Amino acid sequence: MTEQTHDIHATPVADAKDAEGAHVYNAVGDDWDAIVDEASALREERIVVNMGPQHPSTHGVLRLILELDGETVTEARAGIGYLHTGIEKNMEFRNWTQGVQFCTRMDYVAPLFNETVYCLAVEKLLGITDQIPERASIIRVLMMELNRVASHLVTLASGGMEMGATTIMTIGFRERERILAIFEMITGLRMNHAYVRPGGVAQDLPPGAIDKIRDAIPLIRRGIGELERLLNENPLIKGRMVGVGYLDLTGCMALGITGPMLRSTGLPHDLRKSDPYCGYESYEFDVPVRDTCDSYGRMRVRIDEMYESLKIVEQAADKLQNTPGPVMVEDKKIAWPAQLSLGADGIGNSLDHIREIMSTSMESLIHHFKLVTEGFHVPPGQTYVAIESPRGELGVHLVSDGGTRPYRAHFRDPSFNNLQAVAAICEGGQLGDVIVAVASIDPVLGGVDR
Amino acid sequence: MSRDDETPDNLPAAPGTHPEPVVVDSRQGMFGVSDGGDTSGYGGLVAPVLFPGAAVRPYGGYYDEVADQLERALAGGSAAYSQAVERVVVDRGEMTVFVAREHVVTVARALRDDPALRFEMCTGVSGVHYPHEVGRELHAVYHLLSITNGGRRIRLEVTCPDDDRHIPSIVEVYPANDWHERETWDMFGIEFDGHPALTRILMPDDWPGHPQRKDYPLGGIPVEYKGATVPPPDQRRKYT
Repeated sequence: MTEQTHDIHATPVADAKDAEGAHVYNAVGDDWDAIVDEASALREERIVVNMGPQHPSTHGVLRLILELDGETVTEARAGIGYLHTGIEKNMEFRNWTQGVQFCTRMDYVAPLFNETVYCLAVEKLLGITDQIPERASIIRVLMMELNRVASHLVTLASGGMEMGATTIMTIGFRERERILAIFEMITGLRMNHAYVRPGGVAQDLPPGAIDKIRDAIPLIRRGIGELERLLNENPLIKGRMVGVGYLDLTGCMALGITGPMLRSTGLPHDLRKSDPYCGYESYEFDVPVRDTCDSYGRMRVRIDEMYESLKIVEQAADKLQNTPGPVMVEDKKIAWPAQLSLGADGIGNSLDHIREIMSTSMESLIHHFKLVTEGFHVPPGQTYVAIESPRGELGVHLVSDGGTRPYRAHFRDPSFNNLQAVAAICEGGQLGDVIVAVASIDPVLGGVDR
Repeated sequence: MSRDDETPDNLPAAPGTHPEPVVVDSRQGMFGVSDGGDTSGYGGLVAPVLFPGAAVRPYGGYYDEVADQLERALAGGSAAYSQAVERVVVDRGEMTVFVAREHVVTVARALRDDPALRFEMCTGVSGVHYPHEVGRELHAVYHLLSITNGGRRIRLEVTCPDDDRHIPSIVEVYPANDWHERETWDMFGIEFDGHPALTRILMPDDWPGHPQRKDYPLGGIPVEYKGATVPPPDQRRKYT
């Protein structure tokens, strides 16, 4: 690495010379009044404020660098990278199936989308897209749509909290809890599920899962209704959100913005409709749009989308009752050798399978061992697969060199791309509006930094 | 079709009728053993790593239309189609256009502005490092989307040698690529000339090296567990 030290920077960095003459205020645990006095003594209205990376309203570890003239934001820049964990690099050192465990941790509010897009890409590289059992695709849709509702609930809840509306926060998280309970029942975990696997899903729904979902849907719908009554015509919410964070269609196109932000400009672009995957073409749902281009419109789009997602969940639950069958591809060279089983003490190894490999069939043991330690080979080539995550186009660029590990996995996370809009939607506004505007982007820093 | 029937299956296809795969690397041995302890008998095996090669017309789907229209859009400009496009690969139903790096901005502009092409959105660039492809080690891969034309997608691939890591920036055409190009610089060291502020984005400003390159180690420490030692992931056996 030493010979590369000459190109640490592609462009010259700001050094002490650039900052010469600037006055530095330090607000680490000090008395705020002292800073205000100091600032007013200098009679300088223009200050640069570092908001974050540990600010509660930055949705994680986002650092906003704001240049303020009084209360007006004249320049806004986003600094990211504080949550970079090298997920893409790590995936190059694990087999294709293990990759799911890594990518599910990127956008931790919508983990099932990360898993699904990765698995769709692996399946495309393997050329087994049409061999995925229908039941597996329906389960994927069901889980993704529940996850979309949970994700939008977090957005609305934390967005409300940042504006001081704690009731919205408690209702949002209360409803999300119902969905997480369903996830826990089906996958064993509330997040980081690693439930969707190349070839299908890790295991079928446990008995009673469909009933639990059917019981939860009316409750969630009622909870969203409560949120709507608190949000939609609330004069305080409207006063904070209407006209704030404005970005029109031209801006969205230039900045590559997708998801609810794009749909709040009136363009009904949704990959579930324009480029269906997992059988989305067979579900009845609408793509909600608004034409206000502002934070309020984005909030309304998200609320409407939750109702549409619940409609899809209901249809998926109906389909599941008429679609028996495996949830993993038939090809035993790809399918994980064992399904987990649900015992009295929780989800664990299938005892039937262990009995087979340990005492009945040596070939099964060899097969199990080869597939679990070595994994499967994926023919060389590359693919780009994109799905509609709650935040927009979640894409994965996957390259295989024919080996048992991804040669390169790159995720185009919508939060990463959409955060580029911070300057466009914050500059010229008030400092207080920055929080509302950034919340309306709905960035999840785990996805941004990967 | 009648000719096909006469051609035995075990003969290679006539030149120019079938994509010729591209060799990017070669793989030695099997089962990941490299320390001389290979008793499998496969230790001397050498197999090329073959990537899909240049596609032969017709490409299928809308790809012929896109290629024809791109040729028309580039005609009369600074670079003709034959100069700008090195090869077109159609694999797994996806089209990749390899573009000469000096013409990438021209091609991107044509793809964005031509009414019949109208790829108005670039969903980012990602880098890939092929250390064994001498003279074209670093690849920048751009993914384009045309919402106007019903969600058409194509991919541009631009290569540059490791000792001259420069590719023109397309941020002036697709402003959305700003952060994506910064990330690719950060991770691979590809310098996008003309980028407004090509600084690191995920790694700290003073970080040495570019982590996603294949010559950059993953890092990690051995972990001891019940008397046994588990080596870090990049030092474990790699099955090839």
